Amino acid sequence: MYKPLLALSLVCLVGCLDSEEKTTEQKNQGLVYCAEANPVSFNPQVTTTGSTIDIIANQLYDRLLSIDPVSAEFQAELATDWKISPDGKSITFTLRKGVKFHTTKYFTPSRDFNADDVIFTFSRLFDVYNPYHFVGDANYPYFQSVGIDQLIRRIVRVSDYQVRFELYNAESSFLANLATDFAVVLSKEYAMQLKDRKQENLFDQYPVGTGPYVYREYRRDRLIRYYRNPDYWKHPVVLEQLVYDITPNGTTRVAKMLTKECDVTAHPSSAQLSILAERDDINVQKEQNLNIGYWAFNTERPPFDDIRVRQALASAIDVDKIMQAVYYGNGIKAQSLLPPASWAFEAQKAMPEFNPELAKTLLAEAGYKNGFDMNIWAMPVSRIYNPNARKMAELMQSDLRKIGVNVSIVEYEWNTFLQRVGEHRHDSVLLGWAADTPDPDNFMSPLLSCTATFSGKNPANWCNPEFDLLLTQALDTTDLEKRKQFYNQAQRIIVQELPILPIAHGMRFQASSSDVKGISLSPFGGISLANARKE
Amino acid sequence: MILDYILRRLALLMFMMLTLSIFTFSLSYLFPGDALTNLSGITNSTFSQTSVLEEKFHFTENYAVQYFAFLERIVQGDWGVSFASGESVFQHIVDLFPATLELSTYALIVSVVVGVPSGILAAAYYRRWPDKFINSGTLIGYSMPVFWLALLLIMVFSLQLGWFPMSGRMGLLYEIEPVTGFILIDIIAGDFPYHGMAFVDAIHHLTLPTIVLAMYPTTVLVRFTRDSMLKVLDQSYIKTARAKGLNRAQLIIHHALRNALLPVIKQIGLQFSTLITLAMITEVIFSWPGIGRWLIDSIYQRDYPAIQGGLLAVSMFVILATIVAELTYTLFDPLSRNQAHGKV
Repeated sequence: MYKPLLALSLVCLVGCLDSEEKTTEQKNQGLVYCAEANPVSFNPQVTTTGSTIDIIANQLYDRLLSIDPVSAEFQAELATDWKISPDGKSITFTLRKGVKFHTTKYFTPSRDFNADDVIFTFSRLFDVYNPYHFVGDANYPYFQSVGIDQLIRRIVRVSDYQVRFELYNAESSFLANLATDFAVVLSKEYAMQLKDRKQENLFDQYPVGTGPYVYREYRRDRLIRYYRNPDYWKHPVVLEQLVYDITPNGTTRVAKMLTKECDVTAHPSSAQLSILAERDDINVQKEQNLNIGYWAFNTERPPFDDIRVRQALASAIDVDKIMQAVYYGNGIKAQSLLPPASWAFEAQKAMPEFNPELAKTLLAEAGYKNGFDMNIWAMPVSRIYNPNARKMAELMQSDLRKIGVNVSIVEYEWNTFLQRVGEHRHDSVLLGWAADTPDPDNFMSPLLSCTATFSGKNPANWCNPEFDLLLTQALDTTDLEKRKQFYNQAQRIIVQELPILPIAHGMRFQASSSDVKGISLSPFGGISLANARKE
Repeated sequence: MILDYILRRLALLMFMMLTLSIFTFSLSYLFPGDALTNLSGITNSTFSQTSVLEEKFHFTENYAVQYFAFLERIVQGDWGVSFASGESVFQHIVDLFPATLELSTYALIVSVVVGVPSGILAAAYYRRWPDKFINSGTLIGYSMPVFWLALLLIMVFSLQLGWFPMSGRMGLLYEIEPVTGFILIDIIAGDFPYHGMAFVDAIHHLTLPTIVLAMYPTTVLVRFTRDSMLKVLDQSYIKTARAKGLNRAQLIIHHALRNALLPVIKQIGLQFSTLITLAMITEVIFSWPGIGRWLIDSIYQRDYPAIQGGLLAVSMFVILATIVAELTYTLFDPLSRNQAHGKV
C-alpha cells in the first residue's frame, strides 16, 4: 500500500510541493507563529512575562473591557456597559449574554458566561476565602504590584448579568487595570469541577476561556497548538489551527521565516531586519511601542545601596554606542522612565551623561577608588525594549572596565532568570517593561513601588515611601493636570535616586509572510491573532 | 559454549551498569548546590517537604543506603523532576528518546546501504579510478566536522534552494498522536485524513539530518569494508580461485564477500555509540526534539536532575547497544566465541 507513497515521496524530495498552488481554504488550515520562549503559565493572572502574554492572553481569553489603541478610549468586550458612581467608589458592569466558554477534551461547559465567573475570577486575586486564592502560592504579580488587594472591598452580584465592584477609594487607573491583558475572565464552573476532583493545580495549566482559540496541546520547547473556537462571540475565526513554534534563537526564527516554516515571527532582531525586508514575500512591520529597557541595581546590596556608586556606574555607560550597536538606530534614547509617547512624559535634565571622569570621582568619593567586582544579569531572550541584552552587557562590561569595575555577565534560561531576579539574587540586571495600558502608572507601580518589591517584580529591590506617596496621590485624582505633576515628580525622583538607569525605548517589529493578513501591532499589551488569516 | 559466552558478557554488562550507577549517584554530590535538591529536582521546598524528601531519599543514613534507595528509584522509573520544567525526568526521556533513536537508526541504515557497497566497489577496483574517487570522497566526509556540514546543507538546501525545511520532525500543522514515538510509524499507524501529505512532509524533514548524521559512519564503513575486502582478496584461497579462472564478480560475490563482511558487522554495531554522540550536535542544529538537544539545553541551564537522568539513559543505551552488537557478531562468527578473554 505504501509503495506508491514512497515513490511519491522520493519525487517530492526534489521539492514538488513548492510548485503547487494552494487554495485559500487550504492555506487557512493553520498559521505558525514562531515564539521566543515557553509560556510560564496559561493563566495571564499569574504572570507578567511579555512572551507568555503574547501567546495566551488575547488568543484564549477575553477581558471585560479593552482600550482602543488609537483613541485610547475604553471599548466593550465581555462587559457591554459600565457605570461609575459619582464618588467613583463603585462600578457596575453589565455583562454580555450568550458568550460560551471553550469546550475542550477536559471540560464541557453546561452554562453561558455570567456574573459568577466575573466574581470568581477577580476575587481569586484578593479574597483569601476563594478556593483558588492560594493555588500557585497566591502570586499575582501585576495585581499585587498595583495593590488591587487594598483596593477592592468586595464584588457584588446584582443579577445574572450585572456585577458591582465596590472599592475602598476611587482610583483613576482602576478601569485601565481591568483592561490589561492580565484581567481575563476565567470559568467558575471549570474551576469548581477541578476542585471536586482535587486537581486545582491543573487550573492554570489547562486553560478554558472565551477567546477566539481553544487550547489543544503544549509540548515544552516545541509547540503549543490551538484550534479555532467555533462559538466565538465576536466574529467568526478564519484559521482552523494556530500553532506556536517555540524557537528561542533569534537567528533561527529569521531563518525559519525564509524557509516558510513560520508564517509570523515575534521580535526578529534588528540586525537581521534588512535581510527580511529585501524579500518580496515577507512583510516587516514596525510600530512605536510604550516600553522601557533599563539597567536595574539591587539597591539593598552593597555597594549599590550607595547612590554615588549608582550614579558613577550610570555615567560610565556610553548609551549612544548602545543605541547603535544594540538597537541599530531603531530605538529612542531614554530621557526619563516614561517614553515620549506617554502623556505624562517629561524629559529629565538630570539624566546621567557619559562621563567616565565624573564616574571615577564619584567612585573615589564613595570609597571605591580601586573599583570592585560585580555582575550584570543579561536577559537571554530578545524583547522589544532590549533586542540583545547579552551584547549590551558586553558593551557595558568594556565601559565599566575603564573605571576599574570588573563585570561578569550572568545568563539563565528565561523563566529561571525571571524567577531568580524576583528573588533578588543579582547585583544588577538588564531588563525592561512593555506597557499594558497607556496609563503612566503602568510603568511605575508594577516596577518600582514597595509592593512590587514584595511580589518580586521590583528588580531594583527599591522601596521609597516618598515615591510611593506620589503614585498614590496621582491615582487618587482624576484631574489630568494634577496627575501629570505627580508623575513628573516621580520621574524626577527616579533619575535622582537611580534605582534603575533608563536606557532606551525600542520599536516593536514583526515579520510575517505577505499572504498573512489581519495582524495589527498595538503600542501596548500583547499581540492578538483573532483576525489573522491567509489570502 | 555459547551460553558460557553470553553469561560472561552479561557479567560484564552488570559490572558496567554498577559503575555507571555509582557514578551517576555521586553526581548529585559532585554538582554544585544541595545534594537533596539535585537528586529530587525540587527547589525551594518547604520545611515539611524537605523532611518528607529526606525520609524518601534516606538522606539521614549513610551513602550505601542512599545509593540502594537511588537504585530502587531508578528501577521504578522515579528519576526526579527537572528543574526547568518541573516534570518527571523519566517521562521526558521516554518522550524524547524515540526521536533520537529514529534518526540514528535511519542514519545507520543509510550508512550501511551506501557505505558497504562503496567499500566493496573500491576494493574491487583497487587503485583504479573508482577506488580513488571513493577514497577521496571518504576523506572529505571523514574530515568534515558535523556541525559545519549541517550548516552548509542548511545554507544551500533550505535557505537558498528552499527544498528542505531546517528544523523539527514534522510540519507543525500536522497533529500526530505520539504512540510509538517513531514519527514514520506513528503516521502510518495513525488514523487521520491527510496521511500521504504528512508522510511526505516527515520524509522531507528527515532528509537533511539523516544525511548529516550518516556522513561520518558511512565513511568509516567504506574504509573498513575496503580494508577488510582487500585483506580477504589477498588470501591464498582467493588466489587459487582466480588461478582457476573465475572473473572478478564471481570471486567477490561467491568467495570473498562473506568473509570480508564479518568484521564489518561488528563495526556497524560499534557505530551506534558514535552516532548517538553525533546525534546530539545534529539535533541542536536541526532543532530535532530528541534527547541530545534536551541534554545540551539542560547542561546550559544547569538542570542537574535532567543532566543526571539524561547521562544515565544515554550511557545505558550505548552500553546495551555495544553488547548486543557483539553478541550478534558472535552468532555470525563461531571462531570469536573461543576467546576466553576480551580482545582489544
